[in-house]
Amino acid sequence: MDNIYINSSLAILFLPLLAFTIQIFIGKRLPRQGDWVSISAILFTLLLAGYMFISMLAQYDPNFRYESSFTWMDLGDFKIRLGFLVDNITIIMLLVVALISSCTHIFSIKYLDGDIRYSRYYAYLGLFTFSMNGIVLANNLVSMYIFWELVGVSSYLLIGHWFEKESAANAAKKAFLTNRVGDIGFFIGIMTVFTAVGSFAFTDIFEGVALGSIEGATLTFAGICLFAGAMGKSSQFPLHIWLPDAMEGPTPVSALMHAATMVAAGVYLSVRLFPLMTPDALTFIAYIGGFTAFFAATIALTQNDIKKVLAYSTVSQLGYMILAVGTGVYTAAFFHLLTHAMFKANLFYGSGSVIHSMHHALHKKHDHDTDPQDMRNMGGFKEKMPITFWSMTISTLAIAGVPFFSGFLSKDAILGGTLSFAQNHPQHFLLPIFGFGAAAMTAFYMFRMIFMTFYGPSKMPEIYDDIHESPREMTGPLVLLGTLSIFVFYTLPYFNPFSTHGWFTDLIVAKDSFVPGNISAHEIAEHAHHAHMPAMILSLSVAGIGILLAGLMYLKKILSADTWAKNSGPLYKLSLNKFYFDENYDRFLYQPLMKFADKVAYFDWELYDKYFINGFGKVTSWLSNISGKFDYEGIDQGLVDGVGRSAKNVGHSLRNIQTGRIQNYILYVLAGAILMIIIQAV
Amino acid sequence: MESNLLSLLVWLPVLGLLGIALIPRHRTKEIKWMAALATGIQLVLAIVLWSKFDPSDAGMQFVERADWIPSFNISYILGVDGLSLPMVILTALLCFIGVFVSWKIDHAVKGYFALFLLLDTGIMGVFVSMDFFLFYIFWEVMLLPMYFLIGIWGGPQREYAAIKFFLYTLFGSVLMLIGILGLYFTCGQTFDIQVLIQNAPEMLSGVMWWGMSAIKVIWVLLFIGFAIKVPVFPFHTWLPLAHVEAPTAISVLLAGILLKLGVYGILRLNYGLMPDGVWWFAGALAFLGLINVVWGGLCALAQTDLKKLVAYSSINHMGYSLIGMAAVIAAGSANGANTTAAQAGLAGAVFQMFNHGTISAMLFILVGVIYDRAHHREINGFGGLASQMPIYTGITALAFFAGLGLPGFSGFISEAMCFIGAFPVFKGIVIASTVGILLNAAYFLWAFQRIFFGKLNDKYSDLAEINSRELFTVIPLAIITVILGVYPAPFLNLVKSTLNLIIEMVASGSPIAGM
Repeated sequence: MDNIYINSSLAILFLPLLAFTIQIFIGKRLPRQGDWVSISAILFTLLLAGYMFISMLAQYDPNFRYESSFTWMDLGDFKIRLGFLVDNITIIMLLVVALISSCTHIFSIKYLDGDIRYSRYYAYLGLFTFSMNGIVLANNLVSMYIFWELVGVSSYLLIGHWFEKESAANAAKKAFLTNRVGDIGFFIGIMTVFTAVGSFAFTDIFEGVALGSIEGATLTFAGICLFAGAMGKSSQFPLHIWLPDAMEGPTPVSALMHAATMVAAGVYLSVRLFPLMTPDALTFIAYIGGFTAFFAATIALTQNDIKKVLAYSTVSQLGYMILAVGTGVYTAAFFHLLTHAMFKANLFYGSGSVIHSMHHALHKKHDHDTDPQDMRNMGGFKEKMPITFWSMTISTLAIAGVPFFSGFLSKDAILGGTLSFAQNHPQHFLLPIFGFGAAAMTAFYMFRMIFMTFYGPSKMPEIYDDIHESPREMTGPLVLLGTLSIFVFYTLPYFNPFSTHGWFTDLIVAKDSFVPGNISAHEIAEHAHHAHMPAMILSLSVAGIGILLAGLMYLKKILSADTWAKNSGPLYKLSLNKFYFDENYDRFLYQPLMKFADKVAYFDWELYDKYFINGFGKVTSWLSNISGKFDYEGIDQGLVDGVGRSAKNVGHSLRNIQTGRIQNYILYVLAGAILMIIIQAV
Repeated sequence: MESNLLSLLVWLPVLGLLGIALIPRHRTKEIKWMAALATGIQLVLAIVLWSKFDPSDAGMQFVERADWIPSFNISYILGVDGLSLPMVILTALLCFIGVFVSWKIDHAVKGYFALFLLLDTGIMGVFVSMDFFLFYIFWEVMLLPMYFLIGIWGGPQREYAAIKFFLYTLFGSVLMLIGILGLYFTCGQTFDIQVLIQNAPEMLSGVMWWGMSAIKVIWVLLFIGFAIKVPVFPFHTWLPLAHVEAPTAISVLLAGILLKLGVYGILRLNYGLMPDGVWWFAGALAFLGLINVVWGGLCALAQTDLKKLVAYSSINHMGYSLIGMAAVIAAGSANGANTTAAQAGLAGAVFQMFNHGTISAMLFILVGVIYDRAHHREINGFGGLASQMPIYTGITALAFFAGLGLPGFSGFISEAMCFIGAFPVFKGIVIASTVGILLNAAYFLWAFQRIFFGKLNDKYSDLAEINSRELFTVIPLAIITVILGVYPAPFLNLVKSTLNLIIEMVASGSPIAGM
């Protein structure tokens, strides 16, 4: 049985890599540019992941765990072993990746139809899937970091898919570099842990933590550093700036990577490393997550680009998950990761479907200036694109936390955990405020998006007739993921829409932290349970207020959005301009760094080398001139022939250095050396 | 036959040189093929050497010994161990590739290839010499052809670059020579490196010259000689100039092998003969490494000439090696006898120098490819080449990503090992130098974007794709980078016994008392 897990995992890992290799080298020469190669590979991994998932359900063992490692390098004392860890979390994650990746592969057939780099695109999707699965399967920090960076590079390649556009090229670079900032922290964390524990494997590290090999401030430092990696990948404040720009990539890519899987890697890492986080590190994590959830939601309120709304919503939702890890309910974080992957990927496909349709309609009118992503150009698409509309609406209900949909369950678990955390630690009262505040705003901006896009009169009547539903390759994933936003898939075998209880909670059970003295998983669960009811009532009311407000403003138009914007004064401008983060980073970090680099290079080349180093040459040359003169005029002319002649020769040979006759000099040095030997030996 | 393998490796290029001398100057094709033949056989011999090498033996293998100038105890001694073997293979490989990179040389072909082969012999000789005097001779022999290769076949500022390179390195050589003679007279009048390794630590300890410890004096003399080659800040300014002005193949050899002579020399001689000095100098070494990393990175970020950018990236990359080397002192009892860290750091440093050899060679070849077509290297003067030259773009992307230390390429592993090894002893320095990871990514990606992304510059709509000869020179290097990046064990197994011996020696040393 165990072997089957390992073999399936190996196949799941390497099939997409195989597809990548084939596509890179011969993709373009294959019929249909080889998209079928990639698609069959990914569907096969979906099959295997589904098989693993079903075996997991059949086994129904919350403690199921299989690990296998091999020695990667061995220098005697310094060893690195790499390997797989397959447990229930891994299996669920593999299925999510395979499922969303399959959807993206299929969705892209039509979305990228006729693209100039169609086979390249599929190649990079394969590279991404490979790297993402690598993260999921890692049982140690080294392979985690390796695949972590590979995910970063596939993201770079896919964001920059349309690199002719400068904005796309910039966004790709920005994503990679911002992630690297987090990765530096990640790497420092790895070094700190390894120095203390002497191993990279999770199991050994946890053991070391339990034994106290690493503790106190060092452990907090290590935990926060490791978490910095998660901050980069999961786009947490203040490293959140890259994700909205990443929307420059093709929309199916946004769905796969920048909504469902890659950005969830940070959450996944935090979930995996939860057992080594000290209370201080967890508090830090909670505040980062809570603030990000709140802060990103305030930006999403005012965005007009449909993908930007979704991007900031993703940042905010990831903040939720991080908040959950920080407050101790890390299984809730993973639960939200799962439900969010489905509904957020679906929302992106939906936006892709809308953009695709807009694009074609505009194209038909030869209008290349109108932005097909701007919701101010949409409206009334409900009748024209019913499948897209319904599927997006279901997912919106899910993300807004409405009962009977998946998001309600997972969000509730997080908010319950946060509330109970604040009950036990009243000084952290801000965390639930962040949480519930973000929930209210989420409900508002998501319904604002639905109303602006699908309801009301069309804002561009001239293209309205050309808007139509997308082809089957695109609506298929929409229907599938829309369906998966309904609660029942997460609570089976039970049907209570108000309780998270189901296969997920049975199979993913929180484990105690390994940090000595940390609160036990049982206590956390107990507290969260008590907070469940008030949290649910609160979250339902804030969601209701958000939806109501959106309806009044954008559907019924009873409240004027413009008046509200005016009345909120500078706040509206701050939100619309994303709090000027890009501008300030550019002004206070990027530009000064470039200027500093220019100064250093100038100093190095124009001052240090030109004056100091060449100065040496000048001084030497000047001295030898003097000695040459002295030789010639002082000694040669002054002394008798024999001595004079030899001195003249010396002067000549010295001058020869200056004229560049290097051969002589070498000879001179060698002769000198030999002379010294002789003198000494005698 | 087998016992003469090293001599063959060293002198084969000279045989090729004699062959070239016999070919009339206008038969350029024959001259080129003669050079290819000599370096090709050399490469085969290097592989034979590798296959016969016993990695479990930490000491010298294939030792050849002959008297040369007995009155001064100067002998002809050759040998390889785990430290030099990778460099021998790298030298043979890059010289062979270098011949094909030089294929388009059309001016004074005969002289070029003759000097090229002489250079080959010089480099190979340095790596296998186990007599200090012989080592020095080869060290100097190497300079001369280099001077002419840059000065005659180089770019517009070639003469300035050549003389600067020459004087700079000669300055180092002179100091090194004094150091060698100091060793010779203090340690029993021998140049035999193996004997010196045995005796020098003991014979030098306690010796004072002008109130200073002899170890420190000799250490600094040798170190400056080698530091110029590495190059270690502040001895680095010859490098950008020489790299930029040199013809492509010579830049490849400069970056790929000559820089490694510095690291090799420090490890073989400074570390080998003066393990106590390591204790004294390791902190400075790590600090210099940090400066190299940051300084090189910042300078690279500011460059607008692609070749200069790659040149500064070498300074940046060699910094990692220095940091890794400094990690060796972790193994001492004063630092908790952490041999784990010492092994990671030292193996990382040696692996890094090999990887930089392959990666920077690729980078310089690729810069040469675009320069041959566009006749300039201004990063801002291109734009959009990705749509015009997809294969070239792909390979350059691979080389750039290898250069910025992306996992999956060998450079990542060695950089990470250098950091991990040095971390326990030099926490602050290591944390500060991780900023290099960011700078690396920044300068490569920024350059990549400006050259390849955006709309195609109309001027370059007829730029030809990379041709098969050029591909032939890059692909072997790319394959090595990827294979060792995925599975580094073959390399590390080759070097580990020898490196562990060095660690043992350093660990048993102790900080020098007094000045």
